[in-house]
Amino acid sequence: MRMKQTRRNPLAFIDTLPNPKLFRMGALITAAIVLLVLIGLVWMPYEPTAMSADQMQGISASHLLGTDKMGRDILSRVMYGSRITLVVALGTMVIGAGLGVLIGAATGFYGGMADEIVMRIMDGLFAFPNVLLALVVVSLLGSSTVHMIWALGIAFIPSFTRVVRSEYIRCKHLDYVKNARLQGASDARVIFVHILPNVSGVLLSNLMIGFNNAVLAEAGLSFLGIGSQPPYASLGQMISDAQAYFFEVPTAVLGPGLVIVLLVLSFSLMGEGLRSAAKELD
Amino acid sequence: MRYVLKKTATMLITLLAVSLFLFVSFQLISGDPATRMLGTGATPERLEALREELGLNDALLVRYVRWLASFVRGDPGISYVYRQPVASLLGAKIPVTLALALMSFALTCLVGFPAGLYTAKYAGSALDRIVMVLNQAIMAVPPFFAGILISWAFGTVLRLFSPGAYVSYETSVPRFLGYLVFPSIALALPRAAQLAKLLRGAILEESGKNYARTAYSRGNNTDGVLFGHLLKNAFLPVLTFLGMSLANLLAGSLIVESIFNIPGISSILLSSIGNRDYPVILAAVMWIAVFIIAINLLVDILYAVLDPRIDGE
Repeated sequence: MRMKQTRRNPLAFIDTLPNPKLFRMGALITAAIVLLVLIGLVWMPYEPTAMSADQMQGISASHLLGTDKMGRDILSRVMYGSRITLVVALGTMVIGAGLGVLIGAATGFYGGMADEIVMRIMDGLFAFPNVLLALVVVSLLGSSTVHMIWALGIAFIPSFTRVVRSEYIRCKHLDYVKNARLQGASDARVIFVHILPNVSGVLLSNLMIGFNNAVLAEAGLSFLGIGSQPPYASLGQMISDAQAYFFEVPTAVLGPGLVIVLLVLSFSLMGEGLRSAAKELD
Repeated sequence: MRYVLKKTATMLITLLAVSLFLFVSFQLISGDPATRMLGTGATPERLEALREELGLNDALLVRYVRWLASFVRGDPGISYVYRQPVASLLGAKIPVTLALALMSFALTCLVGFPAGLYTAKYAGSALDRIVMVLNQAIMAVPPFFAGILISWAFGTVLRLFSPGAYVSYETSVPRFLGYLVFPSIALALPRAAQLAKLLRGAILEESGKNYARTAYSRGNNTDGVLFGHLLKNAFLPVLTFLGMSLANLLAGSLIVESIFNIPGISSILLSSIGNRDYPVILAAVMWIAVFIIAINLLVDILYAVLDPRIDGE
């Protein structure tokens, strides 16, 4: 018998969330920033590194957010910098969550001596602020966006490992796993096909938090001049350069600053929307 | 007691592992220090003499033990760039960074605890909602952005302090601490918001448990249950957070220092990274590591004090 096919609104799942209002608000802001970045891929008002004689201009029709000390268009630089921030945060999550899930699944599922040793290393890694870890990696390997993604990615592994590991320890003795075993499922199948989908909820809210921490870490590091190198724009670097003339061209600080704030706020709103604890915030 | 000894032993092993890892990775990457110090034009004889003098011809493990021994004695080598002992370069700056981190930590607690307690006690009230929304917004503001706004609002506009007019603690301790107030606020704000939210959530979770109902039935009022029963249990997750906060505040102060022109270890650490001045980087990172690992030990011990079951395990 064939199932009756009905066209469903792909966004209908939002209404089933614990707090659809917050999630919708967060998703809307994220969508706006992603749109800004996507537009920047095909068109920017100016070349983000192009200098001009129009230095430190205020808001005008030709420069919507004004220009910086070197006459570069701030809006274009914000668009480019937001792209870098998104790429670094996403890359960090791919490495951190990817390796974190693999290590957490293996240690939680198998346990034993290897689990002990790996978790002690994870504890040690977890104790270090991610900014500091990235500083060490960058001082060893040199400053670049790719090194920063790896450094932050590695720094984020323990937080995912911990959560995923405890979920696997909880799940591996449940009936559905025994059932799968009796049907002859291999370890890999149990780990990835049977247990992993049950971990996804916890994983998702951790991804939201992790993404935010990655955005903040990237912003902080690029503020210190680490990561993406000038003349290419990064949000933190822009703020750092412009703080000296904040009074003259406030948009040079506020533009990139607000993008960071809104990006972090939007993800934490979405995270709140996903949380089952409805007593939070509303 | 056995628990404390076990944790202390773990801490020492972690410290050794971290120091070995850091030393070896810096040795493998940093190339030949003798060439760095004398330049590429130096004669092979002079290079060889310097290598012998610095002990670079010994095995890696021997050099590690020697470095560790001198680090423990407070003399972690000589800067490639400044040709000065690292201890004299960093020594005066470490207290500054520590003071900033500790002051932010104190502010975090001073704001976060009352806010968390209040919003938990009056959960659902209008003020609770306002504070929780504000919290959400404050958590999204990176300290360096807050720092610039604060420096502009309180320094340039309201003239409550003069940004850049740093006073050394050697000149005047009160004025030194006074200068650190606004940087500390910038650093503490997002942490305080997180603390308030975490504490509120933990108290509300505890308040749904049976023992809370029992406490009410024995005639306690809200404050009695909250302070006499809930707080102690709700404090355990908060303690973990506070330990991590202190570590993160230390890293965060590196960023805030540069906005407010505070001569902590930030500027020398960053310029050393730029110059690849490895002895300085290694020593600075190692000092921060010692501090962070010590905090973790303290948190573990406090955990056992608050929850005696842990010691029995």
